[in-house]
Amino acid sequence: MDLSAINPLALIASLIVASTPILLAAIGELVVEKTGVLNLGVEGMMIVGAIAGFAVSVNTGNPWLGFLAAMFAGAMLALVFAILTQYFLANQVATGLALTLFGLGLSALMGINYVGKKPPSFPKLDVQFLTDIPIIGQAFLNHDYMVYISILLVAAVWYFLKFTRTGLVLRAVGENHDAAHAIGYNVTFIRVLAILFGGACAGLGGAYLSLISVSSWTEGMTAGAGWIALALVVFASWKPWWIIIGAYLFGGVTVLQLNLQAVGVTIPAVYLSSAPYVVTILVLVIMSGGRSSAPASLGRVFHASH
Amino acid sequence: MFRLEARPQPSKLWIGISPILAVLATMVAGGFLFAALGKDPFISIRMIFWDPLFGEFASYYRGQLLTKAGPLILIALGLSIGFRAGIWNIGAEGQYIMGALCGAAIGLAMYPLDAWYIFPLMVLGGALGGWAWAMIPAILRNRFGTNEILVSLMLVYVAEKILAAAALGLLKNPEGRGFPGSRNLANWASSANPDLIAGTGMHWGVVAAFIAVIGSYVLMQRHLIGFQINLTGQSPRAAMFAGVVPAKVVAFTLGLSGALAGLAGLFEVTGPAGQISIDFGSGYGFTAIIVAFLGRLNPFGILLAGLLLALTYIGGNVAEQEGLPAAAIQAFQGMLLFFLLAFDLLSNFRIRLAHSSVSKKEAV
Repeated sequence: MDLSAINPLALIASLIVASTPILLAAIGELVVEKTGVLNLGVEGMMIVGAIAGFAVSVNTGNPWLGFLAAMFAGAMLALVFAILTQYFLANQVATGLALTLFGLGLSALMGINYVGKKPPSFPKLDVQFLTDIPIIGQAFLNHDYMVYISILLVAAVWYFLKFTRTGLVLRAVGENHDAAHAIGYNVTFIRVLAILFGGACAGLGGAYLSLISVSSWTEGMTAGAGWIALALVVFASWKPWWIIIGAYLFGGVTVLQLNLQAVGVTIPAVYLSSAPYVVTILVLVIMSGGRSSAPASLGRVFHASH
Repeated sequence: MFRLEARPQPSKLWIGISPILAVLATMVAGGFLFAALGKDPFISIRMIFWDPLFGEFASYYRGQLLTKAGPLILIALGLSIGFRAGIWNIGAEGQYIMGALCGAAIGLAMYPLDAWYIFPLMVLGGALGGWAWAMIPAILRNRFGTNEILVSLMLVYVAEKILAAAALGLLKNPEGRGFPGSRNLANWASSANPDLIAGTGMHWGVVAAFIAVIGSYVLMQRHLIGFQINLTGQSPRAAMFAGVVPAKVVAFTLGLSGALAGLAGLFEVTGPAGQISIDFGSGYGFTAIIVAFLGRLNPFGILLAGLLLALTYIGGNVAEQEGLPAAAIQAFQGMLLFFLLAFDLLSNFRIRLAHSSVSKKEAV
């Protein structure tokens, strides 16, 4: 065992890449939950986004189109959730689970002909003088564009929720849908839009997984990333910037355990490979200790009876 | 346009009809899916729903029906009791794996002893393994208020890692020439769980599933615990006033569903699967969620729903031999749950023409 074989800069760089899929999915789910809707179908939307993005990228040779397709696919699956929970008033937990089960099946079906293929490469932020900055350049400033887009997205969501009127309305819907309805806001419509946004983000996260961080397609490749994204929202106490901290923390655990396995640490592989999941549980336990900051209407069905 | 009017009580009629409608709608939508894949939709649907029961090789497939339905029913019954209380154990797959691992470990520790008590001990171990794995989310929820959905699901992945490690290490067959996987439990008389009547697929797990159907009916309809569980699900506040301790309901429902899932895993590993292997996890724990909802969280409904989804599994195998991708059946099962949830609207709401009711109000 030789711990010095682990290069901390490369570790930081790879943890950012490993975290971006869950970061993207989690920021979308945060907006959804802020409107009081709990969509447990993140895993399903992610994996459908993963294959949709992969398929389109491979066929067109253009990764940007792939990301667009992934957003669309994720949003389409989310639309099914939106229709069922908002118009058919179905139970959100059950519908979210159905979305995940369906998404896993559908993606496997769509991906049959794509196993073993290579996606086109994605442009990197390759500015010589930035990359040459010691330490920071290697770890933070030499990534693909999606990494920076994901951080900008978090900033945009933060600004939108905190400083815009629409963001305020959105939060009002999540805190007390009856009151928001009484004031005259269209609770259902706002929620549908948020769900679609969440689906698009999850799809984007999935595509990042298949196009960049893993850069191949295998069945069931999300392996719980969507569920970790859901846990991340709890970890972040529904605060956008905390999503980044949380995602990089989880990404760090994932990358570190892979690195430790690679250098042959004497800890059995089973403990290392289950570390991301165990850490998620531990974080959930720690975060659920305090006063809950969850939106007050989270998971409750809204039906305007007039 | 249309307006939804909440029913004071869910309609009994629609609760019964909506699963049937959902199955029919799934067949239609599935037909489109198969057509999109370039397969003849009518032949595909016939292969899934008709051929396993009445086709050329039906005598073989019919036996499979009970074998596949057994674990689904056993797991779904446990889940349904939790769902009724609003406690969402979605990690049954992990409890299924841990049950199988614990039970198999007990058996393998006594190999090659020839004794009647080994199998019962393994059954006990299976139930305990599943129970213990489900008590993790239960204790965390009771002690810290942690969300049981996420914890139980995370534990599925942990269980899969432990399964892989056990198949490659601790439980590996010492005489297996280095191949991963345990000794074959189905070939060892003390641990085998064969068909009780040859060719019917009826092993001890299926018997346990039938007993559990009756047991959970009695529990939910005739026992105080069942009343408390139902009350907790419908109105947690009312349940508190009635003296129900929420923590006990959480521990009981999660523990019970874990034990049943563990049992299902144990019966599977000693019978149809035969050994602990890396790919022992079969997705039964997730499909059982669909079974529980399709069966309306009712024990007898779950019995029928379990048989139906077992049929889709077997039909999927039939269709696979005819060149239909195996994943199609998973998408198909997910679709079934979508339609079921959509049709549930009709049991909880009346659909009225909004226009007519407005004019009525004005007339008054």
